[in-house]
Amino acid sequence: MTDQGLATQGSGPRRSVIDTLEIDVRLLGMLMAFAAVALVFTIWTGGTFVGPRNVFNIAVQTVPVAIMACGMVFVIVARHIDLSVGSMLAMCSAVMAMSQAQWLPKLFGLAYGNPVILVATILIGLVVGTAMGALTGWLVGYQRIPSFIVTLGGLFVWRNVNWFTTNGQSVSLTDPNLLMFGGTEGVLGATASWVLGLIAAAVAVWAIIAARRTKQRHGFMVKPVWAETVMAGLIVGAILFFVGWLSRYPIPAAKLKRLFEARGEVMPEGYTAMHGLPISVLILILVAVAMTVTAKKTTFGRYIFAMGGNPDAAELSGINTRLLTVKIFALMGFLCALAGLIAQARLQSHGNDIGMLEELRVIAAAVIGGTALAGGVGTIYGAVLGALIMQSLQSGMAMVGVDTPFQNIVVGLVLVIAVWVDILYRKRLGLTK
Amino acid sequence: MNQSARTPLVEMRDISISFGGIKAVDHVSIDLYPGEVVGLLGHNGAGKSTLIKCLSGAYQKDAGQILINGEEVAINNPRDARAQNIETIYQTLALADNLDAASNLFLGREIKRNGLVDDAKMEAETRKIMGRLNPNFRKFNVPVSALSGGQRQSVAIARAVYFNAKILIMDEPTAALGPHETQMVAELIQELKAQGLGIFLIEHDIHNVMKLCDRASVMKNGQLVGTVNVNEVTDDDILGMIILGKRPAHLAA
Repeated sequence: MTDQGLATQGSGPRRSVIDTLEIDVRLLGMLMAFAAVALVFTIWTGGTFVGPRNVFNIAVQTVPVAIMACGMVFVIVARHIDLSVGSMLAMCSAVMAMSQAQWLPKLFGLAYGNPVILVATILIGLVVGTAMGALTGWLVGYQRIPSFIVTLGGLFVWRNVNWFTTNGQSVSLTDPNLLMFGGTEGVLGATASWVLGLIAAAVAVWAIIAARRTKQRHGFMVKPVWAETVMAGLIVGAILFFVGWLSRYPIPAAKLKRLFEARGEVMPEGYTAMHGLPISVLILILVAVAMTVTAKKTTFGRYIFAMGGNPDAAELSGINTRLLTVKIFALMGFLCALAGLIAQARLQSHGNDIGMLEELRVIAAAVIGGTALAGGVGTIYGAVLGALIMQSLQSGMAMVGVDTPFQNIVVGLVLVIAVWVDILYRKRLGLTK
Repeated sequence: MNQSARTPLVEMRDISISFGGIKAVDHVSIDLYPGEVVGLLGHNGAGKSTLIKCLSGAYQKDAGQILINGEEVAINNPRDARAQNIETIYQTLALADNLDAASNLFLGREIKRNGLVDDAKMEAETRKIMGRLNPNFRKFNVPVSALSGGQRQSVAIARAVYFNAKILIMDEPTAALGPHETQMVAELIQELKAQGLGIFLIEHDIHNVMKLCDRASVMKNGQLVGTVNVNEVTDDDILGMIILGKRPAHLAA
């Protein structure tokens, strides 16, 4: 996938510009690969692919895998693997479905759909996910069972505990407050989206300026002002374009009418409303930002990378690598629960096969995003972009009528080629022997 | 060198460690005084690295006592060792290759600001200390995997110096280095000694031992052959201890 990135390496003057801007070449490669995918399908579908509606759908469909991929980056960077994330998602989803539809209404004597139940449900789901992850982490960190084995076992165990939790039945979920997390049913609308977009843009610019000031205060080299301006411009442009584009996707008139009727009002003639940013995508963005800050700016993140780079060095530096392992897997479990919440809200039900084979997509997203299975290397934005590239490919192929088996063949090939290109690229830079 | 009147900085008494029935260290006692360099010598497998790893917290002793400034301490892991101001510079250059010099120097003891790691401050501090130890060091923003052996060693030494180590363990610090870098490390050892640190130096090169150490403790097959003052013995005496396990005739009383 990153072959386009490789191609830009060749020309001399271009490279110096990239160096000046201090752009991560690998990120650039992925962005170009993403752009290539988008371009091909846009031409193929006559423009529908980049239409607001499809961009909205791709964004919403990417969320669960992308959220889990953020956690998987930490797991893989720490030289572990988690094959159980799909099953953990299902297990969390089952617990949340049963909590809100059966257990809690009985326990509290409240009707299904009561906000108290939903809040309690979400808390229970997140606790269960975190606990499952922590158990995995304890087995790996303290009992020294290889994570591949523990999580392969977890894949079977949780998938089937999930089955027993619901007695193998699907649970239909209709609480409108829950469905808000799913995407189409929970959007911010155009105005709020724009406001959020502008705030995000302002924060991004402030962060760039603050980082520059800090460097100057310590007397380090800083990028030329034009380079900072270009970077800030690109980031602000991307944020506002994304928000603006989603704010051009209208909510169908029939659905608006239903919404008005539900409130006992009549829809005014000629009334329109736009989707804007889905809440689930907002959650993904918050997760990605929080995880990036964790990776780069906290000791927790620093230790994960140190452990991945040299476990002995980390241990000898006084880092409690066993407890660290528990924390990493617990965080993974937490994110599985969050992804489970969003997945069941989008599907408006909990089914036994929810999250089936997601573990492979999550690992693929992290790896396509540049996370090295050898450990020590990986970025959150890479994993999110990896998930986005995979989802775009699949969505695009579905739109142009490629059969599902062939879609999966392409995704599989893309995974292998992405890693292959990365190895070639690293060899050329002399990063690996 | 009469040091019996003073309290040793470190005293390891009667230490034993076994691995699955094999006695790697068998009732060994060694000590170290402030401002002193004690060489630990022996063949590969003699047990010197194993012995010293109980002091650095990488291994746990099966029996024996460790005293720091005359008081018995429990060292169960590297964190305990750090709490006693014991720093270790390992033969294998225990650095995280994927992190830069500042991240490695401060690993486990990051400088924080508002709860987040302050990379700029850590880099500034790293530049300061490296300016003192290795003025030619320039590669601050690349992973340490891109550094030469000597540069990596200077990062490891900077870590020990920066955090005011009282007791320094150096496991063949010059094994991966060229002549110039070896000289640099030798000068650094003299400087640290002058500052009153106690240094355990695990070393194979007799020449370095004669040059850098005040005393030498020699081990063979997990047992202590003996400890000698370096200025009272010759190269051959020490070689005899290492190879034959015999104390020099003129000292054997």
